[in-house]
Amino acid sequence: MIPAPFDYHRPGTLDEAVALLARHGDTAKVLSGGMSLLPVLKLRLGSVAHLVDIGRIPGLEYVKEEGGTLKIGGGTRQATLERSELIAAKYPILRDAVVLIADPLVRNRATVGGNLANGDPGNDLPAIMIALGATLVVRGPKGERTIPANQFYKGIYSTALAPDEILTEVRVPIPPARSSGAYLKLKRKVGDFAAAAAAVQVTLDAKGGIERAAVALTNAGATPIEAADAAKYLAGKALDDQVVAEASRLAAAKSSPSADRRGSVEYKKEMARVLTGRALRKAAERAGGR
Amino acid sequence: MAKHRINITVNGTAHAAEVESRLLLVHFIRENLRLTGTHIGCDTSHCGACTVHLDGEPVKSCTVLAVQADGCKIRTVEGLEQGGKLHAVQEGFTEKHGLQCGYCTPGMMMTSVALLERNKRPSEQEIREAISGNLCRCTGYVNIVKAVQYAAEKLR
Repeated sequence: MIPAPFDYHRPGTLDEAVALLARHGDTAKVLSGGMSLLPVLKLRLGSVAHLVDIGRIPGLEYVKEEGGTLKIGGGTRQATLERSELIAAKYPILRDAVVLIADPLVRNRATVGGNLANGDPGNDLPAIMIALGATLVVRGPKGERTIPANQFYKGIYSTALAPDEILTEVRVPIPPARSSGAYLKLKRKVGDFAAAAAAVQVTLDAKGGIERAAVALTNAGATPIEAADAAKYLAGKALDDQVVAEASRLAAAKSSPSADRRGSVEYKKEMARVLTGRALRKAAERAGGR
Repeated sequence: MAKHRINITVNGTAHAAEVESRLLLVHFIRENLRLTGTHIGCDTSHCGACTVHLDGEPVKSCTVLAVQADGCKIRTVEGLEQGGKLHAVQEGFTEKHGLQCGYCTPGMMMTSVALLERNKRPSEQEIREAISGNLCRCTGYVNIVKAVQYAAEKLR
């Protein structure tokens, strides 16, 4: 399949890229790894007059801790995240997710920024970044601004990103001691999006109870779902079976999945509940193991 | 629409061409260069039949624009054989019956070569994970894994 014709631009800097986007407005689209956008153009589910390829702009691919913050460049390929020792050692929730995204060949091209900015509720990183309390850094004609991950998603393929803005970095506050997370995803096969998936990040208190928790769900509605009720309920609780059950119930209650080939609404809500419970236990176990 | 002048090195040979923005890398390889060893399977970045190396990394060339590969080095299945001698992975697929219909084979081999360049002693699990983006519909995965193990052994 061949996409409809478009003009292709390969700016050398972010400023040039932003200027191109500003000039062409909503007739332009940012091309990063292209693993979501190119299939859309090939299948002619969408078309675009101008593609602005940011894939070669230097300095957008990094994973580093700096000043109390984990910083991931928007151009960081999923494969880079997958091979990062820092991520493997300190951010198991991200490690859990990245090996379940698409397949290894796609991960050689797909980027963190693309996964976050695309606005597909099936993408995995948005829920994780919400659970991690991340901030997204975007660059536009007026300079840089930051948007909390939990305020970024507006609807299916609709985000707080303006047509002339580029997502350049994700900032995650380095979790305090006795913190960890887990991401559990149910999918039918390699390359599929989640039938249901849960991201849970916790910080334990000195006695091993939950001091603070964050829960978010993938593919459970038009946007990633932040289960704030579950998080609020969990704060200050000792993690027993009843607490896990109630937190999972509260999280699943926030989900509003659609029926498709991955399952019925009832099935997906039930899987969201089960996965939240398992992710919660796993996160707490990891946080206690430190 | 816009045409672009691109320079791509394929299997060590430099090529210059003028291409449309929308030309896919796999079409450039198959139609412009007539290197038809790289197959088109699903054409939706699922099956991996079109896998080539882009600057050393295996990618699905049906989902890369030729202009995105401007200035890059591409390696296709035709580039595996050196001086009339099969690559160990090619030999492995022959010796271990790693193919039936052969449609997925070029992609399987390119992914396997990249794996073995990164990991000299992959476990069976690592091999299976590495080829998880390459589909074989003859369901020959058992022998494909054996072929990669044969090549790993041979390359050590």
